Amino acid sequence: MDFIRIISEPWHWSVSGIMIAFTMFLLLWFGGKFGASSNLRTLCAIGGAGAHSDFFRFDWKSQIWNLVFILSAIIGGYIAVNYLASPEPVNLSLSTTEYLTSKGIAYPKSNFEGLGYVPQEIYGFENLSSFRNLFMLIGGGFLVGFGARYAGGCTSGHAISGLSNLQLPSLIAVIGFFIGGLIMTWLIMPSLLTL
Amino acid sequence: MKYIKFSLAGILFGIVMTKSEAVSWFRIQEMFRFESFHMYGIIGTAVILGAMLTFLIKKFKLKTIYGNQIEFKDKNKSITRYLVGGILFGLGWAMTGACPGPMFTLVGHGVWTMLIVIASAVLGTYVYGLLRSRFPH
Repeated sequence: MDFIRIISEPWHWSVSGIMIAFTMFLLLWFGGKFGASSNLRTLCAIGGAGAHSDFFRFDWKSQIWNLVFILSAIIGGYIAVNYLASPEPVNLSLSTTEYLTSKGIAYPKSNFEGLGYVPQEIYGFENLSSFRNLFMLIGGGFLVGFGARYAGGCTSGHAISGLSNLQLPSLIAVIGFFIGGLIMTWLIMPSLLTL
Repeated sequence: MKYIKFSLAGILFGIVMTKSEAVSWFRIQEMFRFESFHMYGIIGTAVILGAMLTFLIKKFKLKTIYGNQIEFKDKNKSITRYLVGGILFGLGWAMTGACPGPMFTLVGHGVWTMLIVIASAVLGTYVYGLLRSRFPH
């Protein structure tokens, strides 16, 4: 089908941006809101964390729609890489490629060759015994979960929903995201990648 | 039944996250290294269009499919929690190359090690819940 062929091409950034705003609109129209990290709190509540902190004592059943949304994103990811994948790997800029290569991270492969969107050197199952990789996955995940709740939202809740609603707190949070991201990328990652 | 529409929206979101390449660890490195406009273009377009949609929803008092008013809550005023929480989040975002939405999407790609990241993010949320009264907000 022509339609499948067209959406299988790499998307222009403006198309992607439009589709993200459309997703936010759909969720609002359905009576929800666009915020992925709230689901982590819901998962804690379902797991019984309410016994340890009143932060997790809320009616998590009212948040099931959001869990359905985020778990369905797994299906969306599956469909996208298996049926809508472009034959080309991620078209990374030359300077990023050169930098990463110098740090031992190979250029992204296409989806047909393996994990197209994450470096095998860090995310590959066979490289899981590396202390560095475990540190990055566990430490990074912890910071995302802790930081998102401390800040009251993540990229979807603050950078998209919050900025769209012209919320100053969201702007402060996004500035924080970038301060943290720049510190990690420029000061910590270069040595972490060569460990 | 009411969850089917959220499931369809989630499937769409997973496809959009993948096709936009926002799920890519490489793209996040590239963004923080200021070596491509790609991610800024995506976020910028989404925010500009999102702001127009939010404005129109408010102006025309658009209702949800259930007939309720679509509500927008103002965030509590503070600097500390947003800045400090944001910095911690940013450190983790650049380290894993994934924020919460892409984390789940990447599981669908067969990146099974991402389940470790998700489990750790849940743990981070749990620890925040336990200790939050000790942190300035």
